[in-house]
Amino acid sequence: MTDAIVLAIVVPIVAAVLTLLLGLRFDNVGWPMAVLATATQVGLTAVIGAAVLENGRVTYELAGFAPPAGIELVADTLSAPVALLVAVVSLAVLAYARTSGPHGNMFYIVYLLLVGGLAGVTLTGDLFNMYVFLEITGLAAYALVATGDTAKSAIAGLKYLVVGTIGASLFLLGVGYAFLATGTLNMADLAQRLGDVAAYDSRLVLASFALIVAGLAVKVALFPVHSWQPDAYQSSPDSVSIFISALVSTVAAYALGRILFSVFTPAFFDAVPMARTVLVHAAAVSILAGSTLAVLQQDVKRMLAYSSVAQFGMVVAAFAMMNELAAVGGVIHLVGHAIMKGGLFAAAGVIAAFTGARRIDDYAGLAGRAPVVAASFAVLAFAMVGVPPAVGFVGKWYIAFGAIESGTWVVAAVILASTLLTLAYFARIVERMYFRPAERTAAGDSAVGAATDGGEPPVSPGMVAVVVGAAVAAVVLGFFGSGIEAFLDPFLTEVFA
Amino acid sequence: MVDLLLTRYNYIAAFLLIAGGLYMVIGDRNFVKKVIGMNLFQTGIFLFFITAAFVEVDGMTGAPPVITDGVDLYVSPLPHVLILTAIVVGVSLTAVALTLIIRIYREYGTLREDVLREMDTDD
Repeated sequence: MTDAIVLAIVVPIVAAVLTLLLGLRFDNVGWPMAVLATATQVGLTAVIGAAVLENGRVTYELAGFAPPAGIELVADTLSAPVALLVAVVSLAVLAYARTSGPHGNMFYIVYLLLVGGLAGVTLTGDLFNMYVFLEITGLAAYALVATGDTAKSAIAGLKYLVVGTIGASLFLLGVGYAFLATGTLNMADLAQRLGDVAAYDSRLVLASFALIVAGLAVKVALFPVHSWQPDAYQSSPDSVSIFISALVSTVAAYALGRILFSVFTPAFFDAVPMARTVLVHAAAVSILAGSTLAVLQQDVKRMLAYSSVAQFGMVVAAFAMMNELAAVGGVIHLVGHAIMKGGLFAAAGVIAAFTGARRIDDYAGLAGRAPVVAASFAVLAFAMVGVPPAVGFVGKWYIAFGAIESGTWVVAAVILASTLLTLAYFARIVERMYFRPAERTAAGDSAVGAATDGGEPPVSPGMVAVVVGAAVAAVVLGFFGSGIEAFLDPFLTEVFA
Repeated sequence: MVDLLLTRYNYIAAFLLIAGGLYMVIGDRNFVKKVIGMNLFQTGIFLFFITAAFVEVDGMTGAPPVITDGVDLYVSPLPHVLILTAIVVGVSLTAVALTLIIRIYREYGTLREDVLREMDTDD
């Protein structure tokens, strides 16, 4: 039963190696192998979820070395939903990538490595192990961004690589400080020794906290250090931007939440109120700046990228407020954002493949030409704004109540302001899709350009299914807000007891 | 102050490398030099870990973490193992970065960030 945890990390990585070997003999082995591996992954994470539901916390000692000396894999009610999310989204994006491309075995090898890295970050219980998996995730993501057909994607990939490496290295330095202060790297062990062996307000612990948070902030793409993210999302192929926008920053934000809740624990924030204040305000700035920058964009994928900066600011603010309601809201928004943003990127990709429209002005009159995709886009957009009963509403609702409960009024106000800004940038698109006739010049030209390029891939039923599925999931998941809270309960009582 | 410089020179060396590397990443216009700066930055962190493993008790310094007869005091082996992994990660990162740089050079014929930005605004 507990073997499922280690298999969830091993299966995609072994599948990647197998694909490499089989690829020497066969040409099109990549996609079937990736489907096989991610389908297995969905099954394994479901088994983990069932085990966690039964026991609350499942652990696995790698190679039989007991923690704290050995590396430990942990699944609890926080990591199990994220692991399931990773598996399901990876499988769904494959349905999209089948026709959309990029084609070829190499793409699927890197794709599987990325799935393995993401599963590793989610399930590890060891700080250094987390660094290694973050770097595996990073390496695969840099390579995937650079698979775009223009040379610009190579520049975006390199930029992402340099900034991402600096972020991960800062994280490593912070882990080093934590190790110096306590002599252990196991998260559960660290949580006990911080505060005991090393005082919370000692310089080593403070430096460790600052460096780890700064490093992960780069990976999550919070406001001042977000600059790699819009380029990376815009210039990567559509299937890659769906996958990366839905999972890579999400898992980094999960890692930040895991470290705040399970390593530093609320006791650290009680001892060092400054840490909380700084983090909450940095996140608030990120929410406002991301939303404002999104309003200013003309390119749809770029706008969606800046929107992510704002949404992740909200998740980080929720985690930093350190109360139960906000934590529930943060997790719901984390999972919900992955589904909504992945779906929006998928919709943008389908629309671009169908009409060649990449800019907001090109979306005029789209509802007449592509009613299903346009409707899904509109549903996902309103879910993102936070119209009930969609999941975007439930997450924000919990976060706002958590903010009011802990007296962090600035976050409550910022959430309201950002909701209005989110409405502003999505309403532009919905208004153009439904209430404006297609402008012959703009949309027509780019459609012709796309046809002569021959670069735009055809639209398959699988691609549309991903968009519609995401829209349905975004609405249906909204009805399970209290269910998610009940599922998270063992984790919350452990952290906030 | 002088005492600090004399006894903690290894930490100071590590942080000079970290700061210098970071400066190269931000300040240098050439992509290859940026990657070299990134390597320096990482190497500084590796040195920091290795120097943190050092053990000294009553003037006796720790031996390398290989069990031999007649030695009681060893340096902590864990950072060495960790950094071995981190070096592998760093090498793969450099390889990916250089691959991307080759692609950029083939496409644009330059590796300077400012020149690339100008080309970008032209079209």
